[in-house]
Amino acid sequence: MTQAGRPAGADVIPLGPRRRGAAAGDEPARARCGEPLADGRTCRNYAEPSGLCRVHEPEEPGTTAPARADRPAPATVPPRIRPSPGAASDPHLAPVPDPGDALAAALDFLRRRLTGDYDVDVYGFDRELTEQVILPLARPLYRRYWRVRAVGLEHVPARSGALIVANHAGTLPFDAIMTKVALLDDHPAHRHLRELAADLALRLPVIGPMARKTGNTLAHGDDARRLLAAGELVGVWPEGFKGIGKLYRDRYKLQRFGRGGFVELALRAQVPIVPVAIIGAEEIYPMVADVRVLARLLRLPYFPVTWQFPLLGPAGLLPLPSKWVIVFGEPIDTARYGPEAADDPMLVFELTDRVRTVIQRMLYRTLMGRRSIFF
Amino acid sequence: MGKHSGRRVLITGICGELAGQLAARLEADDRVDAIVGVDLRRPAHHLSRTEWVAADLRNPEIAHVIAAAAIDTIVHLRITAEPHASGGRSLMKERNVIGTMQLLAAAQNTDRLRKVVLKSTTAVYGSRYDDPALFDEDAAPGTARRSGYSQDAVEIEGYARTFASRRPDATLTTLRFANFLGPRVTTPLTTYFALPVVPTVLGYDPRLQFCHERDAVEVLVRSTLEDHPGTFNVAGPGILYLSQAVRRAGKPSVPVALPFVNGLAHLVRRTGRVDFSPEQLGFLLYGRVGNLERMRTDFGYAPAFSTPAAFDDFVATRRLAPLVDRDTAVRWEHRLHDLLSALAAGSAGAGR
Repeated sequence: MTQAGRPAGADVIPLGPRRRGAAAGDEPARARCGEPLADGRTCRNYAEPSGLCRVHEPEEPGTTAPARADRPAPATVPPRIRPSPGAASDPHLAPVPDPGDALAAALDFLRRRLTGDYDVDVYGFDRELTEQVILPLARPLYRRYWRVRAVGLEHVPARSGALIVANHAGTLPFDAIMTKVALLDDHPAHRHLRELAADLALRLPVIGPMARKTGNTLAHGDDARRLLAAGELVGVWPEGFKGIGKLYRDRYKLQRFGRGGFVELALRAQVPIVPVAIIGAEEIYPMVADVRVLARLLRLPYFPVTWQFPLLGPAGLLPLPSKWVIVFGEPIDTARYGPEAADDPMLVFELTDRVRTVIQRMLYRTLMGRRSIFF
Repeated sequence: MGKHSGRRVLITGICGELAGQLAARLEADDRVDAIVGVDLRRPAHHLSRTEWVAADLRNPEIAHVIAAAAIDTIVHLRITAEPHASGGRSLMKERNVIGTMQLLAAAQNTDRLRKVVLKSTTAVYGSRYDDPALFDEDAAPGTARRSGYSQDAVEIEGYARTFASRRPDATLTTLRFANFLGPRVTTPLTTYFALPVVPTVLGYDPRLQFCHERDAVEVLVRSTLEDHPGTFNVAGPGILYLSQAVRRAGKPSVPVALPFVNGLAHLVRRTGRVDFSPEQLGFLLYGRVGNLERMRTDFGYAPAFSTPAAFDDFVATRRLAPLVDRDTAVRWEHRLHDLLSALAAGSAGAGR
């Protein structure tokens, strides 16, 4: 996190028409990066002294996590081009060339897990479990089932902290899991997203510990501030249960964005806010009714009746295979206001509203370009 | 008044393991002139210089002892978490809270007194699902949802704060220790991990933070001899999940469904092996972890043992008889590897 001015690695859009004019006047001819992107456009991020932006600059050695070097490249490389035919036994060990090594690595992994010989951070994030066990389970959903296309990942800083703010939908929080996969697999720096979860998720047995182990922590100001100060990517879904538990007829209509706590957080930590629009999560469990009585009985925020559930019984738990797009928008700068702006409720409301409007606009724009729900 | 002009220290609960080690360390230090230990039982440690006063803290004689021995530093360690051993919950509360009240009342009227070191616990924060991942010292410990030991600790800290406001010339150091582990200290948690089969709660995996007894004694010594006003979480950096700790100990664990936990705890308590009180259930569900930033920066202490290291040392020195120790696991791994690669080579040969 930089002290003042521009946050590291993030493109900054000026806020408000008046300020936009002023900002443009201040910096009339700042060079842009110009690297070609995956979708054919050129990168519009501001260039660093090297001529490229922070995202496309060649990485200095040693700045990325060393464990990432041997990761499979899941995006484009089909798994079949593995050199050794003998290693077909275990797909997620594919990058290890020698089958003997793969076996040794698998056994070593197993032995360390069974004897408790692994590290977790103080928030309970178990990096190894997440990368080796949980993400390989989520990846087929990401690649094959919902065929998620992640756009604009260059807006997410490669090294510094940022607050990822997204719309919430889909009855169950698959959108959070998919955002996590997108940032880990498809972001050039392979970043882990640390989600701020509702206390309900952390209260539940099995789900709660699993959420912690995959990097979630309670949506609590102190925890989030410490994570951002440590340069982590923190994800929030400010609509909360109002968003994820809304009816299908209200799809893609953003609900109230909490009480703006996330804006205060970003201002205090002086990190950029990256608005994210997730398309497709609304259609996985189209919720037609909310049985309030049952919800209250089970102490849940909502009890969904969807097209599939409970009509089809357990099979109704299967989400529909909608086509997903996750759009990462241009970061919204907070450094220009200074950390003390977090104590100005008017500014916080205004910024909250602005982030919400930006995400709503991104949603509508992406929806217009969609051919069908499923393709 | 020279800073090191011979400390005269009163240690309460001198029978305790930490108190004994602290007294031994202070005896070896020439900055300390006199050490008085208060407890009902005779101290088990070999102490030469320490005078033992057989008294309960609620005894008015304590005030006379403090005055007669010209005590200037009180290290209050007589706080117990074990209702069974103290003869019931109400007696435990009586000793913990009323004892502290009496002690601090006596201390307030002693002009020479310039320091109180209070052993507290991170249990003051409680254990709930809606707690932050790291507790800051300033996180206000509410009393509404506490019970048992953590309630005692909250009340004791309250009395200590009152004392500090009435005697601004005296230094108050409140040390909120995480659960102690080590070669010698005995707590409900050490007996829990020493059980042949470790019961856990099905579907829950608390984050645990430990404090090695050597670090605890070192922090107590420094608090006694140096000036560290304030409240500090004291523990080893890092955390262990309960599941991870049980695996590290090489113990089999039995997940028990939540509705049966209290019944089982009652049975275990009957056998007298583990003094598990119902309010510790929250700890087994959600654990608790303190923020150690202030210990590192303000107190200036870097623990010798991280939480995993403290646990490993505890397992190694207590000889917990692991079902599978780490060397065996590595040996099995190698054997399995050889076997599987031989099989793979065989099938590849047959395929050709």
